[in-house]
Amino acid sequence: MLLKISGLSARVAGKEILKGINLEVKAGEVHAIMGPNGSGKSTLAQVLAGREDYEVTGGSVTFEGRDLLALPAEERARAGLFLGFQYPVEIPGVNNVYLLKAALNAKRKAAGEPEVDAYEFLALIKQKMKLMQMSETFLTRGVNEGFSGGEKKRNEVLQMLVLEPKLAILDETDSGLDIDALKVVSMGVNSLRDPKRAVVLVTHYQRLLDYIVPDQVHVLSAGRILKSGDRSLALELERRGYDWVVESQVA
Amino acid sequence: MSSKSQDVEALIGQKYRHGFVTDIESDSLPPGLDEGVVRAISLKKKEPAFLLDWRLKAFRHWQTMQEPMWAHVHYKPIDYQDISYYSAPRAPQNAPKSIDEVDPKLLATYAKLGIPLHERARLAGVAVDAVFDSVSVATTFKEKLGKAGVIFCSFSDAVRDHPQLIERYLGSVVPPGDNFFAALNSAVFSDGSFVYLPPGVRCPMELSTYFRINAAKTGQFERTLIVAAEGASVSYLEGCTAPMRDENQLHAAVVELVALDDARIKYSTVQNWYPGDENGIGGIYNFVTKRGECRGRNSRISWTQVETGSAITWKYPSCILKGENSVGEFYSVAVANNYQQADTGTKMIHIGRNTRSTIVSKGISAGHAENTYRGLVKILPSAAGARNFTQCDSLLMGAKCAAHTFPYMEVKNPTATVEHEASTSKIGEDQLFYCLQRGISAEDAVNMIVSGFCKVVFKELPMEFAVEAQNLLSVSLEGAVG
Repeated sequence: MLLKISGLSARVAGKEILKGINLEVKAGEVHAIMGPNGSGKSTLAQVLAGREDYEVTGGSVTFEGRDLLALPAEERARAGLFLGFQYPVEIPGVNNVYLLKAALNAKRKAAGEPEVDAYEFLALIKQKMKLMQMSETFLTRGVNEGFSGGEKKRNEVLQMLVLEPKLAILDETDSGLDIDALKVVSMGVNSLRDPKRAVVLVTHYQRLLDYIVPDQVHVLSAGRILKSGDRSLALELERRGYDWVVESQVA
Repeated sequence: MSSKSQDVEALIGQKYRHGFVTDIESDSLPPGLDEGVVRAISLKKKEPAFLLDWRLKAFRHWQTMQEPMWAHVHYKPIDYQDISYYSAPRAPQNAPKSIDEVDPKLLATYAKLGIPLHERARLAGVAVDAVFDSVSVATTFKEKLGKAGVIFCSFSDAVRDHPQLIERYLGSVVPPGDNFFAALNSAVFSDGSFVYLPPGVRCPMELSTYFRINAAKTGQFERTLIVAAEGASVSYLEGCTAPMRDENQLHAAVVELVALDDARIKYSTVQNWYPGDENGIGGIYNFVTKRGECRGRNSRISWTQVETGSAITWKYPSCILKGENSVGEFYSVAVANNYQQADTGTKMIHIGRNTRSTIVSKGISAGHAENTYRGLVKILPSAAGARNFTQCDSLLMGAKCAAHTFPYMEVKNPTATVEHEASTSKIGEDQLFYCLQRGISAEDAVNMIVSGFCKVVFKELPMEFAVEAQNLLSVSLEGAVG
């Protein structure tokens, strides 16, 4: 089991957001987590990535059998957990490529591998940028500095492709993308699909799942996973909305 | 999860790296200040009469002055009678004639500071006029510079060898009675550096002086004078470090720059005086007057400063833009951590037609520090077509520090253009978490974010010092995010 979440509860600023999440993700799988606004989807992503202002109040999470919650954020990342941010932050003056190279080398160092040299790295990143149809001006720009919403999301996927995580959690990576950008981003994610890796997509829209076909779909509402199913569940959600899932639970 | 705030405490608690004391016999005057002390200093240095008169005038003026209190800094009153105004390392016989004759202990001190005179100077092509406490002990590359016609020597040597230049230019930019600290310096300055570039001479290398305060309870009052004659150009770097002590030490320097027609002077400072400990005990009081005058047409003076040290910094490197089309620039990174207080900025005084100035100030505050930008852009009626651009950005790390901005503008010519941009931002938890999530350590992340913030200023530093400045910044701020 790559990721095992058992009874996970967490609160933010004193408010209970996650109320006992159970989820298992095996290597090779793609899971989609859907749900109405405020249901706790992004909180789940942030808690898994190790954001400090989110307080875990109960439950456990293992990543490849290790206690994930015991690790600080940077070690989770180096162990192969990647979070594609919903709102990637701008870091003015810090070169996009510089950050990415530092990230890759931090990961390599933790794995006892030699650091990548500048030439190797440039070749690698150019290849991935081509895949993501990004212009070479990205090489010289600051991290997300002045990027459009779509460019920021592409940049997240680019980082993911370079870092090759075991588990990628993509938090609304599809929001704000036009159809062409959505295709490119999806292609990027699909290129990473592999029997050793898994992807968790957090999304509002079924549309993304036309391009990245999930193995399982979960409905998160009010801090709990109410229903799980296969791809057809997403289509049903698109047709019927979320209310029926919530109501069927109450009943 | 390991607590980030614990790491921060540990990192902030990092010891000041240059905090060692060199055990050398000093030839010092006892604490206290009166006319006798001023005369004694002048006598020790065998100065000509004009200089003694100049000092005495400054001293008498100083006695009538009040210590300025307008800066946004707080400190216990300084007892000017409790300071020794002269301290020189005692040489075995006379002054060393070459670097081989310099006390090896002194050279070891420089090595600890990261400036081995033998090696690094040669490799980096930098001439170092190293000021130890108050007297210059070694000057390298004098010969090479001499061939090019450049005079680069200690202030004392200049007084002896080039008295006519000193008499002509000393105090011509910062008059002896300019302000309280400048007047004090004028009365008791013990040494410093002098640079003169004859017409048309481009200095073949970067010039550099390292100042270091060693003896306890001595104020350091050095004086730097740089004159670039018509068409000459020079880049000068000053680096400063001081040992750790519990008591505060006063540093009141004066720097004067004169640029004649078409001349250029680039003056860069990396200031790393002891800032005091994490509770605000000890540290240097840095009250410095720096001013350059673009006296000639098309002349240009640039100040670049990276200020990471000192308990208190009071410093406003300024430009008087007298010559037509002359240009003044000020690029500054000021870091204040723990209980440091910095009140720094610049003055751009536009007098000549079509004069231009640029001000870029980056203030970084962490811990309980107070960081103030104070700037004046003054455009006189004669300065038709003058232009100024000012950008002041502040970065706050943590919730207990503060940043203040006091930009003053006086525009008395309607054809002038003055632009001002300002911003204050916090090192966001978001930025930090973003980096952590990419596997980058908190320490590296903070360095990266801060360097990004300071990039435009670092670009102005001579290459070999940009790296040093960046390192210094990391040391000063390591983990200062809470």
